[in-house]
Parts: sequence; structure tokens; C-alpha cells
Amino acid sequence: MEPILRIANLAVGFGSPVAPLWAVRGIDLEVCKGEILGLVGESGSGKSVTFLAALGLLGGRASRKGSVRFEGLDLLELGDRELTALRGRRIAMIFQDPMSSLNPVQTVGKQLVEAITLHRGLAGQAARGEARRLLERVGLSDPDERMRNYPHQLSGGMNQRVMIAMAIAGKPDLIIADEPTTALDVTIQAQILDLLVELVREEGASMVLITHDLGVVAETCDRVAVMYAGRVVEVGPVERIFARAEHPYTRGLLHCIPTLESDVPLRPIEGSVPDAAEIGGGCAFATRCDMVHDHCRSTSPSFLEIGAGHGAACFRVSA
Amino acid sequence: MNALVEAHCVTRHYPIGKRWPWRSPQILRAVDGVSIEIRRSETLGIVGESGSGKSTLAQIVLGLAPPTSGQVLFEGRPVSGVDTRTWRALRREMQLVFQDPLGALNPRRTVGRQIEEPLVIHGVGNPQERSAIVQRILDAVHLKKSLAGRYPHELSGGQRQRVVLARALILEPKLIVCDEPVSALDVSVQAQIVNLLADLKTRLGLTMLFISHDLRIVRYVSDRIAVMYLGRIVETGDRRSIFSSPQHPYSQALISAVPELRTSAGPRPRIRLQGEPPSPIFLPAGCRFRSRCGRATSICAEVEPELAPAGPTMVACHHPGPAIGAAA
Repeated sequence: MEPILRIANLAVGFGSPVAPLWAVRGIDLEVCKGEILGLVGESGSGKSVTFLAALGLLGGRASRKGSVRFEGLDLLELGDRELTALRGRRIAMIFQDPMSSLNPVQTVGKQLVEAITLHRGLAGQAARGEARRLLERVGLSDPDERMRNYPHQLSGGMNQRVMIAMAIAGKPDLIIADEPTTALDVTIQAQILDLLVELVREEGASMVLITHDLGVVAETCDRVAVMYAGRVVEVGPVERIFARAEHPYTRGLLHCIPTLESDVPLRPIEGSVPDAAEIGGGCAFATRCDMVHDHCRSTSPSFLEIGAGHGAACFRVSA
Repeated sequence: MNALVEAHCVTRHYPIGKRWPWRSPQILRAVDGVSIEIRRSETLGIVGESGSGKSTLAQIVLGLAPPTSGQVLFEGRPVSGVDTRTWRALRREMQLVFQDPLGALNPRRTVGRQIEEPLVIHGVGNPQERSAIVQRILDAVHLKKSLAGRYPHELSGGQRQRVVLARALILEPKLIVCDEPVSALDVSVQAQIVNLLADLKTRLGLTMLFISHDLRIVRYVSDRIAVMYLGRIVETGDRRSIFSSPQHPYSQALISAVPELRTSAGPRPRIRLQGEPPSPIFLPAGCRFRSRCGRATSICAEVEPELAPAGPTMVACHHPGPAIGAAA
């Protein structure tokens, strides 16, 4: 499959520009046309920072290396004006907390019309008509009433639907959804995930779904990339990863989650994620890995393709 | 007597929006007629979505929020409306573990002092004895003894939750109430804390009230489970029955909405609830779930269903039964 986004050797660091602390330490990742890619990892693994950096949303605070290619352009090379033209229109983002992404003192309608005017050049009646259509499309009843509402008058789930309407307003090719359902209740989460998948499939768009919940990945994604301490440690098709994960971290994660069907005891990963400052030259997972070698502590494993689109960064893996 | 805690038809109503003295205030019914019992050495899990009243129920059980009506008995004695001495004695018997360990800890005191504090308050032992107890409890929650001199910000999220747990356990309470104890933690750390809780419970014979919105974790730790919706218990039963053959349409939808890791069992029934829960201020007459329920009939609009045995569980529904379209 042809990639729509290709991240190559991306590193993102914070703090002193001379000696930054690297939150993302060189990752390669492709998003293919029409696929839903899940990006999982625990807090601090760099999953959000990767895409915030790629879209230039970290401002001057971050040092960036590597390249992020989107349709022949390197996003890291683009200026503010070119990026602004791309963001929202070609690449849309949906964030975790809709309440803090929406403007509390403007009606939902006004914010949505603004996005439509900006990305599609529609104005007046045409823009308002399109706004109503979008609100209906994301499953909100009584769109005329919703247009007049302020975000605080809507529930979290309804606000997230508004955010989704804004995200698809520009008919984007790629949607980055960063924990879009983490703040919602399970029954609402299920509704929102169903809606996102349906919209992406219908529009033929691609989506990156950033989440900490492997269950969400299992139910919505085609492929999954697992991040740990600023690296992608394993990538592969969802079925394959859940059936035979190769990286000890991925396997550990799968053993940490109880299921609704079996009573298999949980096997936690001992210890906690290392600080960016503590990571030396070796494998970042070596301190918690139960299959660790002396070798792992001194040398960082490179990413190895195992086959069928499945790859992992671990010395234990052989092609 | 087998039950450590009994709640008899407790309600907790909050008057809100009383802006004008001549207008009667609106009533938010956070908990509205709930009866539960927690048996000795069992874990009762409470699941429900935000606004279902599960945290308020925890506060009522602990006596921190006196019920508007109804009564909670701890070992047969009432929990609220008691004199100061009885109240203090009760505090030793029941402890609360909070969701956000950073918010529950004092940032300006070492964790050792905070773990010791309950002993000081209740006048247990002299400084040497207390220090020995703190050392033992640190060991029990798998924390290095050297951490006692650290401040909360120097610890990781998982270590902080262990500190909160140590502080709750140091007085050797009979009941601990865990309100979303692992929700703020990363998956790998969650599993550590869940296993620790389960281990401590067995070793110390604790009775536990475990509240969470995460059904997978509640199923893992609980013996019995109660499902709450808008201030009422809609279904209760042992953990296996609740998950393998739920009878209430809300429990069925809730369970089916949990995103599951793929298993060999094949696809699960997908039941999707339409819409969102009504406001707990303007509750519909009759069954509170009827606005989202596919089985609702005219009786549901008139009579509020009470918990009654249906199949393997107790259900508050006029039309209980296995999920439509579910595998037998």
C-alpha cells in the first residue's frame, strides 16, 4: 500500500537546544492510504509528541530532526504559512478533551462555519447549510438547535461529535485522533469510535488513532505501532500483533489487561518507564525486560522486519 | 452475621440552583434508593458511568456524606449520626483509597510521615514502634524502605499509589473503599497495583468496596458486582453471571461497549445504546433507562422497577432476559 505519510528517523527533543532531552528518539513510521493505524504506548512514550512535532504544533520549544513526508512535501521544512494551509484542510486533528479544544464563548455553529469558510471557501448560507449537514452527519439530532448551542450546553460526547464535524469539514486526507475517547464513558466511547471508523472508511481517508487502550486498537485499527520511551518497538497488522507479538514489551502489555472472558492472572511489567535523561546507549526496555541479555544494556537493537508487515526492535527477534 | 456493611435504601439528594428564596430548589438525585450489603472478606465491585452515583455511594458507606434517607450499618451499628468517640473509632475500621495519588498526598511532607500520620492521630505506639510499623507496611506494599524519606513528587505514579495504599492499611481497617484506584495509572502499572490489591486482600482478609468505570478491572478483582445507572442499582450478581449472562439491557450494552482484545471466542454481540443518559435532575417517570432502552413498553413509563431475582442475577427491569442477538 502506498504511504500517505512517511516519518523517517524523526527525533524530537525539549529543553536546551544545545543538549536537548530526546522525547522521541528516532522513529520510522508509515501511514498508508485508507488505513487506520493505531499508535499505542504509555504516558511519556512520545506518541502524541511525534504527531504534534510532525505538524509543527510544538512551536519553538522543540528541537526536531529527521523528515516527515506528506505527498512529496517535508513537513519539517515547511514554513508557518504553508503548514497552516495544510493543517485542518489536508491533515486534521482531533484531541482528547473537546471542552478545551472548543471556544467556550462562541456558539458551536459559529466555530463550525469558521472552519468551513477557512477550509472550503464557503460563506453565508452555503457555509451554514454545510455546517448543518456535517452536524447531522456526525449523528447530532436537531442541527439547527445545536448550531445555536455553546459547548457547555452539550455533553462531552456531543462536543466530541462537534470536534469530529470540524475535523471532517475540510475533507482531510489524514486524520490524527489523539485519545479521542479517553475522556468519555464506555457507551459513548463505543458510539464515537463507530462514527470515526465509518467516516474514515466512507471518505476514503486515513487515520492515526493515538491511544493507551489496546482494546480500542483491537476493535478499530488495521495496523498498530507500539511505542516505548521514544521508539517504535513493534509494528504489524492488528490480528498478527494480538496473536503473536514478538517484542517483550508488547507481550507484557497484553498480559497487563484483564479480559471479560477469561480469568488468566495478570502479569504486570515490573518497574516503571525510565526518564528520558536515564536512557543510555542500550535498549530502553532492558531495565524491565524479563528476557534481558548483557548485550541489551549496551547496544540499542535496530528495527527488524519479520515478515507480513510485522517488525520489532529486539535482539530476541530473528527474521 | 455475615455482612460487614449494610446499606438500607439509602438516598443522597443535593439541592441545586436555589437562586431565589421563593422558588423551590431543584433536586439532584445522586443516589436514589440503593440497598447493598458487603459481606466479610469479599470484594464488591461497583460499575457505572459518570454521574451514576458510584462515588456518592462510597461516601455514604463511609459516613462522609450522610444519606438524605435510609441508613448504613457497619457491623450492625449505624455509621452516621453518631457521637465523636464512636465516629473516631469507626474511622479506624474503614479507609478510603483515592483515584489521584498526587492529589491525596501532602506535597510538603515525606511519604514516611504521611504513612505514619494515622498512627499518630489514633495514638498508636511510641515513635520507635510506629517507625517499625511503617517499615513493615512499606514492605507489604513492595516499596523500598529508603523511599520513606522522599517527597511525593520524587516518586512515580505507581509508587505514590502504593503510598496511599500503605496509609490506608496502616491502621488495619476491616473495610477499604477504593474509588477508581488505578484509573490515573498507566496500563503496566495498573496491573501491578491490581495484583497488589488482590494479594493484600487475601493475605489480610480485607473487605473491599471497589469502584471503577473500567469493567475489565472490576471483573478481575470483584467477587460480586453491582451495576449502577443514574443513582440506582440496575443489576447485581456474582462476577461470572453479571458478565456471562447479564439480564438487564443496560448491563448488556455496557458490557458490549467495552473494547476487547481479540480472542478466539469470535465476535461478541454489539449492542449500541442510542443517545445519552438523561439529567439526574430531571429524571423520567418510571424506569430511568427507558429513554435509551429497546425493550421499553408502557409499564416502564409508569412503574419504577425494583430489584428482583431474574435468572442468575438480581435485576431491576420489567423485561429482563438475555441480550437479543447474543450467543446462548
